[in-house]
Amino acid sequence: MAGKAHAAAGALLSALVLAPGDARAQQAALTMAVGAPVTSLDPHYHQLSPNNAAASMIFDRLVNTDHQSRMIPGLATEWRAVEPTVWEFKLRPGVRFHNGQEFTADDVAFTIARVPNVPNSPSSFAIYTRPIREVQVVDPLTIRFRTETPYPLMPMDMSNLFILDRQTHEGAATEDFNGGRVAIGTGPFRVVSHRNGDRIEFERNDAYWGDRPAFARVNYRMITNDAARTAALLAGDVEFIDQVPTSDLAKLRGDQRVTLSEATGMRIIFLGLDHMRTDASPFVTDNNGQPIPRNPLRDVRVRRALSIAIDRHAIVDRVMEGAATPAGQYLPAGIYSHVPGLEAPRADPEAARRLLAEAGFPQGFRIQLNGPNDRYINDARIIQAVGQMWTRIGVRTAVEAQPWSTFIGRAGRQEFSAFLIGWGSNPEGSHPLRNLSATWSRERGWGASNRGRYSNPELDRMIELALTELDDAKRERILQDAQRLAMEDVAIIPLHIQTNIWAMRRNLAHTARADELTRAQDVRPATAAASR
Amino acid sequence: MTVYLLRRLIQAAGVVLAMSLLVFLGVYAIGDPVEILISPDADQIERERAIRSLGLDLPLWEQYLVFLGKALQGDLGRSFVFNEPALRLILDRMPATLELAVGATVAAIIIGLPLGLYAGLRPDSAASKAIMAGSILGFSLPTFWVGLMLIMVFAVQLGWLPSTGRGETVEVLGVRWSFLTWNGLSHMILPAINLSLFKISLVIRLTRAGVREAMLMDYVKFARAKGLSPNRVVFVHVFKNILIPVVTVVGLEFGGTIAFSVVTESIFAWPGMGKLIIDSINVLDRPVMVAYLMVIVLMFVVINLAVDITYTVLDPRVRLEGKA
Repeated sequence: MAGKAHAAAGALLSALVLAPGDARAQQAALTMAVGAPVTSLDPHYHQLSPNNAAASMIFDRLVNTDHQSRMIPGLATEWRAVEPTVWEFKLRPGVRFHNGQEFTADDVAFTIARVPNVPNSPSSFAIYTRPIREVQVVDPLTIRFRTETPYPLMPMDMSNLFILDRQTHEGAATEDFNGGRVAIGTGPFRVVSHRNGDRIEFERNDAYWGDRPAFARVNYRMITNDAARTAALLAGDVEFIDQVPTSDLAKLRGDQRVTLSEATGMRIIFLGLDHMRTDASPFVTDNNGQPIPRNPLRDVRVRRALSIAIDRHAIVDRVMEGAATPAGQYLPAGIYSHVPGLEAPRADPEAARRLLAEAGFPQGFRIQLNGPNDRYINDARIIQAVGQMWTRIGVRTAVEAQPWSTFIGRAGRQEFSAFLIGWGSNPEGSHPLRNLSATWSRERGWGASNRGRYSNPELDRMIELALTELDDAKRERILQDAQRLAMEDVAIIPLHIQTNIWAMRRNLAHTARADELTRAQDVRPATAAASR
Repeated sequence: MTVYLLRRLIQAAGVVLAMSLLVFLGVYAIGDPVEILISPDADQIERERAIRSLGLDLPLWEQYLVFLGKALQGDLGRSFVFNEPALRLILDRMPATLELAVGATVAAIIIGLPLGLYAGLRPDSAASKAIMAGSILGFSLPTFWVGLMLIMVFAVQLGWLPSTGRGETVEVLGVRWSFLTWNGLSHMILPAINLSLFKISLVIRLTRAGVREAMLMDYVKFARAKGLSPNRVVFVHVFKNILIPVVTVVGLEFGGTIAFSVVTESIFAWPGMGKLIIDSINVLDRPVMVAYLMVIVLMFVVINLAVDITYTVLDPRVRLEGKA
């Protein structure tokens, strides 16, 4: 029935419109829909996942990352620290930009110089170039970066920077990229057209140095409404969607027309606590509603009690519909510097009550748990569940969810006693440790997202040690010890790590990525013969 | 008329200025855009750079004066998110919203007026009762739900129409319109229906009430007694008199549709202004929010003026000079 109607509409369409595109072109094209809008095609304007996803179709980085976020050669074929403070990158020969310009070390030097100087950037990539004191072009295919101190994170920083061409992009403004005029890279796709907030049309770069993408044309649409995105997939208007809402999972799993692809992500959802105040915390009171003169959250026994009061498996099963993994640390298994054997704490309300009693709160206390309601998957429902679990051990919890735009400002001003928040990690323990749990320090640039202001000099010392250790194996051991310490001290209360889920028509297959990026080069026909 | 127009323009300027202050203060009172826009990776130095770069380090009154100064030169600020002039972003999206709003309004008039007329002339017939019952549904069903149902039925189940997005567009006078191709038109149908349901019901009810009232008036009795044909009585005498409230409401509704078709545009992924504003609110893109509200204020001022002028055409008794 639907097929007939489609055929009829198709016939009508070709009768009315001059060139609707012939059938063969249709098969080589892919229409995908993403839930978060791409806001700019300038790869250095805004450090934002959707923009990075689009950029990684158009541009390349010196170091690319595979689907499990492991570093793999990109525009650089190899890299090593030739001296403790000098990194050398050997560049890939014979690479050309979409407009035919040759890629050389000079383009890398140009990129490093452009990154900190993009006007009006709301979140610049300069954090990745700041450690570089000096750039030295050794020969057209070799470049060196000198740093002040030994800097083991250089390759990872380079996996965040998209390389531009000096000839093409000298003086180019963000608007020139958005218009598509200079959205020119070395990547697997070139931009055909771009309509801000609506769609980007790509065509395959047949001269690409790496694996050839399966589709010659890609229509990359932005459909922000979850239900509409799923409906567009079911209607066949788009063949591939990301950010599948958990409420649709059961339905889609049972649908013959679609198939799902999933990967454990790098985004941890956790609770932050007020470590800053030694006196009364704003949303903690005793059972009569009177402020408690000393902040109970400073007592590690209270923090531990709050952590083991939570049944993470129940949250994952019931609230997240299985689309998450219970977490007991910052990073998922299989990622560099994940701590083996550090499991999600088992729920134990009895032990939690005993810990509270030991800490001097046999009758518990009252607390308000804050969180966003439009940011993370099922965020408001998660804090409701946590609130009930805390109330069960005698910590009577009020829950308040609010829009991210108002929530995040208040969290940044330390207005909350307990709050839910998420963190998307790089595949390196120092990344969450330094940002979430290191002592807040403007000089060091540490703890910028440490909204509970946790501080532990011992942990800081270990992070510092790790950040100057060039030996990957040694650094991994230090980072694992540091994470054990942070978890032992309950610097944060990890809840779960989200699963990234994509859905597609059955004739497609997809390599799911841990880093959440939705890119056309990861999609291919399920089998060669299965194209309709 | 000229004096009246002049006076209206001065009033309008005052309204716009007052609104700019209100809007600016209101928008700048919520949240912290840097916290939302900044990458979580950013350290403190980068955060401070971003605050300066977006001009948020200045005191509020200074930010307002900077905004006002630029606004007088036609520059309503640059979007934090897109790094493009906010006004241009809005104007870029305006045609998409306009054609949807026009489509919905035309549908409301074409469908609503005849049905309302019929229901008013034959209030006791079964068809009239069905029309009135239907209009209650049109009023009370929430747009987001109706939109999703339309998608489920006509796109997913029947496969007759595309589910979301704007189809092919044709460029006319530098503006892209989608109603000129079948593909574009087919993309427009569902969102336009979704937007117009409420309006259709409104027009039906207004027309019916107007007709019922007018039919009892002396001039109608007199016209009948004079021996005019029933058609002439209804379509000339009655119709002209009931149009005034309909025009007022349709005009204001048209403005509302352009300004606030947020829900429909989000559900149907229609790249219009409504989608832009809701996306901008989510990331606190203040320049776009302020520019958008200013554009909307201007638009309402213009529409109100147009409605007043239409009155004089429809009803010679309304004298603009007297009113002002």
